[in-house]
Amino acid sequence: MSDTEDTPSFDPVTVFESTEQDLRSGSDDCYKCSTCDSVCPVASVDSSFPGPKFQGPEQWRLTRKEDTEIDDSIMGCSNCMRCDGACPSSVPLSQMHNTARGAYVENQRFVRSALAALRSGELRRGASIVRDGVSDLRERIRNRLLANYYTAGRFASKLPRVANAFTNFGPTRWLLERVLGITSERSFPSFATQTFREWWTERGGAQLENPDKRVAYFHGCYANYNTPAVGKAMVRVFESFGYEVLVPQQRCSGTPMFANGRLDDAKRHAETNVESLAEAIADGADVIASCTSCSMALRQEYPELFDLDGIDSVGENTYEALEYLRLNEDLEAALAETAGDAEEFAYHAPCHARNQGLDRQAVELFSDVDGVTIEDVGDSCSGISGTYGWKAEKYDYSMAIGDTMFAEMEAAAGEQGMTECPTCAMQMSHGTGYSITHPLELLADILIEEQSASSNG
Amino acid sequence: MGVMSVAIESDVCVIGGGLAGMTSALAAAETGASVRLLSHKKSTLRQASGLIDVLGYTPAGEIVAEPFEAMGSLPNHHLYQRVGSQAIHDGLALFDRVVGESYAGGHTSANALVPTYVGRIKPTARYPAMTAAGLASDRSPVLFVGFERLSAFDAPYVSASLSSDGMPAPTRGVTISAPGSHRPDTRLHRLVHALDANESVSTSTGEQPIRIALARRIESHLESAQRVGLPALLGLENAPNVRRDLEQFLGVDVFEVPMGPPSIPGQRLEHQFLDALDRAGVHRATGNPVVAFDADGDRIRRVFTDRNGSSVPYEATQFVLATGGLVGKGLDSDRTALTESVFDCHVPHPEDRTEWYGDNPHTDQPFARFGVSVDADLKPHDDSGSPEYDNLRAAGAILGGTDVTMELSASGNSLTSGVRAGRLAGERSN
Repeated sequence: MSDTEDTPSFDPVTVFESTEQDLRSGSDDCYKCSTCDSVCPVASVDSSFPGPKFQGPEQWRLTRKEDTEIDDSIMGCSNCMRCDGACPSSVPLSQMHNTARGAYVENQRFVRSALAALRSGELRRGASIVRDGVSDLRERIRNRLLANYYTAGRFASKLPRVANAFTNFGPTRWLLERVLGITSERSFPSFATQTFREWWTERGGAQLENPDKRVAYFHGCYANYNTPAVGKAMVRVFESFGYEVLVPQQRCSGTPMFANGRLDDAKRHAETNVESLAEAIADGADVIASCTSCSMALRQEYPELFDLDGIDSVGENTYEALEYLRLNEDLEAALAETAGDAEEFAYHAPCHARNQGLDRQAVELFSDVDGVTIEDVGDSCSGISGTYGWKAEKYDYSMAIGDTMFAEMEAAAGEQGMTECPTCAMQMSHGTGYSITHPLELLADILIEEQSASSNG
Repeated sequence: MGVMSVAIESDVCVIGGGLAGMTSALAAAETGASVRLLSHKKSTLRQASGLIDVLGYTPAGEIVAEPFEAMGSLPNHHLYQRVGSQAIHDGLALFDRVVGESYAGGHTSANALVPTYVGRIKPTARYPAMTAAGLASDRSPVLFVGFERLSAFDAPYVSASLSSDGMPAPTRGVTISAPGSHRPDTRLHRLVHALDANESVSTSTGEQPIRIALARRIESHLESAQRVGLPALLGLENAPNVRRDLEQFLGVDVFEVPMGPPSIPGQRLEHQFLDALDRAGVHRATGNPVVAFDADGDRIRRVFTDRNGSSVPYEATQFVLATGGLVGKGLDSDRTALTESVFDCHVPHPEDRTEWYGDNPHTDQPFARFGVSVDADLKPHDDSGSPEYDNLRAAGAILGGTDVTMELSASGNSLTSGVRAGRLAGERSN
């Protein structure tokens, strides 16, 4: 520019009004390199899915025009969030997908707009709104049911044995697939006869008090209703390091709700979680999660999607359990003195662990333990992505995505699997028949046995 | 709370997961040091062509046939002059160990001439074996084949453009429809996966493996061509088998033309480097940016990664900064200044922003040479010429002083500085 010499200075002006949750700047940051598309597990198997670049920045721009609606394909995204980790320009892809999916599901509500059309005398339009709405109804009900696993788990846990018999009863499954589109290919996870919280109450809560070392455990739905062993392992390990464990009131982290566009439900649950976790933080605790999707929700999706008092503080003070121990205790030294029981594991890093920078920590930690062999099965996605692989129309895609991981698990030396994510564990077990261990369970086995052995001896 | 008592420790900590960072980490590990590699995102090799250029053009703009002979034409402050040709050989030797048989070019010190997807001839030192049959120095006739709705590779244009760029072989270009039905948005990746798995596709003559279906569609255009060039999408894991199957069916050589991002040859190279890092025992943490550090006088003690406000400390005795330049975000710029984004190392640049750019986009651009200035040990210097920190070295695109894009020397720059910075860091950490 040759005329710059005549105008040596200028003042920057703000062209666009923006707020913290405005997606414009993120959309502008996309330079369309398509690296996100190259890591999308859904796009690699589902030819009808246009990929994260379209779902994110492109769709955001298209829908600035009032007459452009969000494309149906948004519901094909499994919310694995791998695109976030691939983008060289830090475009908030998953935030864009979550926002678009929320708006899409909100638009599926048809009764109010149909009534409005009828009231204003537009009979034909009203009828077509009802027709479209009803055709989506089955999927909406199914997704709502899957998204609210917290509620299902709460009821099932009242009568776990009945629930277990009922949910895996052939005719029930046939009906669930035919009527609601929940695949009958998978076995439902069984509900524990005693939930984690019931166990916690029964043992009288925390066994030690320590105002200097205090953690608030976010167990989430799965460790509470289905795998309390993971929660108990967390408590045993943290108490062995002298931590006072708090178990605050909590509801679903929101992960399955984000993935199904049910942002209203997620926000309702987030309000409870943020309030009680922020209170624990004010009492000197840090928040610990054993499920990497729960910690992902608290750390990233909450501040990206909701504006609640204390939400940033919860994000800043939440850690995955092993990560926290590693940062606050000399875990390597503690493990160096121990030995495992000659066990071999095929480890799969959940996609949501990757985005928190945690994909290598279990392998690193356990590699140095005598007797334990742990092998990273690579960077493939398990394919289940929470509720995605439970949808009848997605089941085949889910298994096609999982094929790489299944093959890598079979090729690994271990005959049992390890992962932090409860639904990855379901898929690993479904595809290989292996039993799957959570890193905390192995850590408890190694550390606590060692301690009780040495204190006895 | 939030006060961390234990940092994650290693002898050497490398910041940045691109070619320079991975090379530094490998070189440091070869000295016996324990190494940690911190990377914000997946490796930037996905944005790279997969070609390894050492020096393609002199600063005066003349094409280079023998890079090592042309070193004398470089200015004294040039990285290659600083570290000497042995360091360049060391960088290439490390690269050759990582890639093994999957790359060619190591048999000679001369540049190879590789056709690119924009129809230019690129002088390069190493190229994937998948690309080897395409060299412009070969005189046998070439058929370039592109796919409908894959606009990044326009075969007739590539053919015409290469001819006018001086490629001696007779060339033709045709556009065919790719077998299988894949929607345009993700067509490239779907084709890569389908070819990798040799998926079955429906054609007018029934179901066929996609490699055969593709070969059949190419066959009718073959005429006298002895080589067929396709955009670089012939599979990821099984690329050599895809090429072999196509060659067997067609009876001619098949080669890939390297493409822009998201680059499949770059992705293959990324996998090879990650495997090498695993074999070397390098610990990796990927997903969070390094945003802060602690220093004790002239020594950096530790760096901190950040995830929405929670931070993780990494302690080491030696650090390597390989965060990239303006594109890789190792440098940060706004309307008033240019800064190095982790340690705030000195980055020489004109105060007046209008002097950052040249008048014509295709002439010399000062901003292309922005970066930290280093000594022969690759320690970044402050504005008075002394090292910023005693245990910090820099490698790759963060180094200033050279327009590696115009010179076609970016990969050589990363390998050379990566090996040297990594090796010195490893040796000094023991």
